[in-house]
Amino acid sequence: MPQIAQLAETYASQIFWLLVIFGFVYFVVGRGMVPKVMDTVGLRDKQISDDLAAAQSARDAADEAEEAWRKRENANREAAQALVTEAKGKAQASTESKLAEVQARIDAQLAEAEARIEESRAKAAAEIESVAAEAAQDITARLANVTVTDAEARSAVQKAMAHG
Amino acid sequence: MAAETAKVDPMHQFTIEPLLGANMDVAGFNIAFTNSALWMLITAVVLWIFMLGGMKRELVPGRWQMTVETFTGFIDDMLEANVGKEGRKYVPYIFSLFMFILFANLLGLLPLGIVGLHPFTFTSHFTVTGVLAIISFSIVLIVGFWKHGFHFFSLFVPHGTPLPMIPVIFPIELISFLVRPFSLGLRLFVAMMAGHVLLEVLSSFVIDGWNAGAGFGLLVGVPSFLLMIGICALEILVAAIQAYVFALLSSLYINDAENLH
Repeated sequence: MPQIAQLAETYASQIFWLLVIFGFVYFVVGRGMVPKVMDTVGLRDKQISDDLAAAQSARDAADEAEEAWRKRENANREAAQALVTEAKGKAQASTESKLAEVQARIDAQLAEAEARIEESRAKAAAEIESVAAEAAQDITARLANVTVTDAEARSAVQKAMAHG
Repeated sequence: MAAETAKVDPMHQFTIEPLLGANMDVAGFNIAFTNSALWMLITAVVLWIFMLGGMKRELVPGRWQMTVETFTGFIDDMLEANVGKEGRKYVPYIFSLFMFILFANLLGLLPLGIVGLHPFTFTSHFTVTGVLAIISFSIVLIVGFWKHGFHFFSLFVPHGTPLPMIPVIFPIELISFLVRPFSLGLRLFVAMMAGHVLLEVLSSFVIDGWNAGAGFGLLVGVPSFLLMIGICALEILVAAIQAYVFALLSSLYINDAENLH
């Protein structure tokens, strides 16, 4: 077994060269290169997580914008609905008031017409009375040669007309 | 000559041979540049080249960069899971340890023998695994006493131990703690050596079987060869698992030092 047989002659060389070469590995590779490699990995991880965070915040902003847009949209719709309702109400009210006005005018015309008719009838009745009185005066004067005064004839006609 | 080469010594692959400066002595210690040191250097260079792929620092990584990042992320996650937030400062050490052992194990398994090169698995030497284990253990001790002072000894008294039990529990816990560097170093060394010995023995069966004739070749050589293919796959797995176990246990021990119990 050379490991034991050569121990006395080679241990110093083995230990010396191992320390020199492992020292080189430790200081150049371990201390020099490994931290840089790990930095690169760390930087990459950081960049990835930053990008993910940015994407997340962008998505949140988009969600927020959509929410706001929806709210605005709803508000607009409500406002439009209210406008329509108001216009409908106004139209109804104006229709009603116009109808009422027209009704009132028609009523007034009707009343006026009735009054006119009444007046005409009264006038006509008075004319008939006076004509009847004159006729009665004439008739009595010619037939009985009795002169009847205008007032008498008129009251007699009135009496006869009241009796029908 | 033929008889000599036919005899395979499965342990020969672990022999350390000086390549340069066989007599290079510093303060009485021989520090010759050996084949073991060469493969440590190759491992370090291959690891460095591998890591260069992770230095492109692109936002959208390519395959190579992604692989490097997977490894660093793996170690980072392991320390985070075992030690917590303070575990991050050990990432450079645990990463170096894991990758160095992993690359050493895998490079040692390369079938370079067919082109005449001999890969050397230095993790099959306990001088190497022992030093790595001692480094891990030293970190545990230094961090433990630095952070907790003498309170670190409470590590050896688990929560809720009844007072009369403490004199018994304390030595047991202390011994199990002190055994850690040995178990850490020996586990890797034994696993790597056993695998390589097994492959060597099986390959000697293949060669010796065919040398002994077609009958032995079919009877011994072919099944051994099929078994070798399976064992090679297993060894690749073991190479990764042992590196992982070494790094995982180191981080668990560091957790003890950081957080006590």
